[in-house]
Amino acid sequence: MNMSWALVIWLSIGAYAFKMLGFVLVGTRKLPDALSRCLVLIPAALLAALVFNGTFTNAHSVAIDERAAGLLVAIIAAWRKFPLIVVVILAAATTAILRAI
Amino acid sequence: MKLRIDPEVRPVVTSALALSGAVGVFALAFGVLAVGAGANVWQACALSFFTFTGASQMSAMSVIGSGGSVGGALGGALLLAGRNGVYGLALSPYFKDSLGKRLLAAHFVIDETTAMMTAQTNPRLQKIAFWTTAIALFTLWNLGTLIGAVLGSEIDPHTYGLDVGFSAAYVAMLFPHLQSTNGRIAATIGAIVSVALAPFVPIGLPILASGLAIFIGLRPQNLEAAA
Repeated sequence: MNMSWALVIWLSIGAYAFKMLGFVLVGTRKLPDALSRCLVLIPAALLAALVFNGTFTNAHSVAIDERAAGLLVAIIAAWRKFPLIVVVILAAATTAILRAI
Repeated sequence: MKLRIDPEVRPVVTSALALSGAVGVFALAFGVLAVGAGANVWQACALSFFTFTGASQMSAMSVIGSGGSVGGALGGALLLAGRNGVYGLALSPYFKDSLGKRLLAAHFVIDETTAMMTAQTNPRLQKIAFWTTAIALFTLWNLGTLIGAVLGSEIDPHTYGLDVGFSAAYVAMLFPHLQSTNGRIAATIGAIVSVALAPFVPIGLPILASGLAIFIGLRPQNLEAAA
């Protein structure tokens, strides 16, 4: 497992640097429109990537297994606007049950 | 202590508390998932205290959990943290405080405080909305993480399907970003790249590479309002 304090420290420094950058350094100056249009897309691109990479790969191979069923349940629950914790529990439970049987 | 809240402030404070309560429950999930992915209780708590931006914390831990390197985990997490920089730009005009107070306030510039503050109509309520949300949310986010991490240490993540918990949390966070055409295109490209590259490059890199999908924002703008 690669978890380390270095990750905690660097991520904290980096995250604060971003928060401060816009807030304190750039202040009230305006970003170019084209740049803002790209920046608002970061969550869409990255969250989708995290979902699909996390569900359909095992390290370096592509796989469809119990996780796909959990994801399907999560998509339905999120689409029905269930609270985040409920989405997580339903998805985890679906995968856990399929793994148990 | 006698608590007197004027009628204008009351709805701001109640929605800040409701929002923070919901986020506190999300923090429980983060605590459980972080420990499942290999963090110890103190590392999970330190992330919530010092990084304090949920999606980045989640993304870093899910890359680590799937065997990625620290560098791989940092890349995607920092890209996600980059949007707080954009929020900072939006909030900056509201803050006329000293540099010291701005540096403190910067730590609390996240999705929820931005949403709460920009929803208010006058400077006094904006200030109250920002600080009430910041304090309540920070407290519950850290408390939730601690409880989740302690609980998470007791269970086996694979048996309970917690690896899917990360993806499920992202799905819930993703939906609001799919309302614009650009959002849907970026998400589709991101999803395809993240799976297609997996066999060929180090773990964590496909997530980072999918970030290139944001350049779809450069295509000629149509009539649709930016999300």
